Amino acid sequence: MKENNNTLVKLENTGVQVDKKWLVKGVSFEVQRGKIVTLIGPNGSGKTTTAKLALGIHKNIEGKVHKFTNKIGYVPQKISIDWTLPLRVSDFMILTENLTTNEIDTALDLTGVKHLKNNDLRNLSGGEFQRVLIARAIAKKPDLLVLDEPVQGVDFKGEIALYELIKKISEKLGCGILLISHDLHVVMSATDFVVCLNGHVCCSGTPQAVANDSKYKELFGDRASTILSVYEHDHDHTHSTDGTIETKK
Amino acid sequence: MFDDFFIRALTAGLGLALVTGPLGCFVIWRRLSFFAGTLAHSALLGVTLAFSFDINISFSVLLVSSAIALILLRLQKTTKLPGDALLGLLAHSSLAIGLVVIGFLSYIRFDIMGLLFGDILAVNKKDLLVIWFGGAIILLILKIIWKPLFASTVNYELAEAEGMQPEKVNIIFTILMAAIIAISIKMVGILLITGMLIIPAAMARNLANNPQQMVVLSIIGGILAVLVGLFSSMQFNSASGPSIITAALLLFILSFLKINKLRQLKK
Repeated sequence: MKENNNTLVKLENTGVQVDKKWLVKGVSFEVQRGKIVTLIGPNGSGKTTTAKLALGIHKNIEGKVHKFTNKIGYVPQKISIDWTLPLRVSDFMILTENLTTNEIDTALDLTGVKHLKNNDLRNLSGGEFQRVLIARAIAKKPDLLVLDEPVQGVDFKGEIALYELIKKISEKLGCGILLISHDLHVVMSATDFVVCLNGHVCCSGTPQAVANDSKYKELFGDRASTILSVYEHDHDHTHSTDGTIETKK
Repeated sequence: MFDDFFIRALTAGLGLALVTGPLGCFVIWRRLSFFAGTLAHSALLGVTLAFSFDINISFSVLLVSSAIALILLRLQKTTKLPGDALLGLLAHSSLAIGLVVIGFLSYIRFDIMGLLFGDILAVNKKDLLVIWFGGAIILLILKIIWKPLFASTVNYELAEAEGMQPEKVNIIFTILMAAIIAISIKMVGILLITGMLIIPAAMARNLANNPQQMVVLSIIGGILAVLVGLFSSMQFNSASGPSIITAALLLFILSFLKINKLRQLKK
């Protein structure tokens, strides 16, 4: 094995089968410290499953998952919390890690929901809850962040700000990020490595390489591959006027 | 002032309330009310086996209840039946087997009512030791696994992803449930232990707005139920175990009224 100390999680030819149907098969990639890896693919292509494989949630899997850290922050795609639990935002923040009041406040402040700290979790709107989920995941200063469509339900302005925040945090903490996103603009502009899934790995590589791959075009249509060129065009000429994620190196 | 047996009953009841308070909260949070009932039913089998092989009742109940609980965890993974169907299956079949075994033990005079409802007034010093010592161990273990157990109660996958080992703590919690039933069966009996687990915690849920508060209120509710129940059973000469549960129910109703009043005030 050639993994170095920076590897946080490594999937080797992994797959998972439910009721004799493969959800995903033959997935290999690794997430390194300080790098953002994105999973893209159509609905039902196994993005969430792959993220859960990396997290060790699925048992009885094929292949191997090597987890090199247990300091993980997870923002699941769907979360069902039983409302028989009396749970405030501040209780939820310390669910898996003991945090100081200061750490809780800072994280909630970063995602713009500090004013909701003492609210009951079930009274939050979808977007507010999503911001709390992100705050909780980053507050524990994880080595690895796994974000499954982290900005769903968040307003447009907040979406951009949150993606910027995620990028900033990965740089500041030096943590690795495994991201699932439907926003191809974000994927293509802000990530280091893209894995395109459709039950298996269709293609993977740098955003440029994936955008030019014929399989990617097949999956997402011709227009999808122009996203990158449009973006790069913007980037070359108009720099930071639009305010989107341009923290590209 | 009071007879010895009454003091012992009080001491036993208070010890029980301290443990059922926090455990009961998890029973409510995890929707395990029926599960507690299943374990309690299976305890009858444990008692009859204890008589058959002449072993300690609490020990035998602990073994049987733990076994049933672990079988349940296994079945939940391997069958497609819903949880409540599995619980019903195990509860009634273990109850039936227990009753069948009792039938074969005709040479022993058997007090079924005593088993079903317990007799807190008959608690002796050795029982007290079991309740307080066993209870302390249960609480200690619960405190150690609190964080992962709570995290996996809120969301299993989140807990699994962030290294909280939910499967392991679930098994430990299940055994703790079996243990509390084992040490309390002689006092409140098979049918009423579920009440002690659920009712004070349900009362606390009406009043609390965070988990710690709910645990504290649940313990206080249990203690009040024991005090009110025992003193009124002395006053009115009513059965003591059922009196405790009735007192708990009254507290629950009061907590309900209080909420409605608060809501009206807010309007």
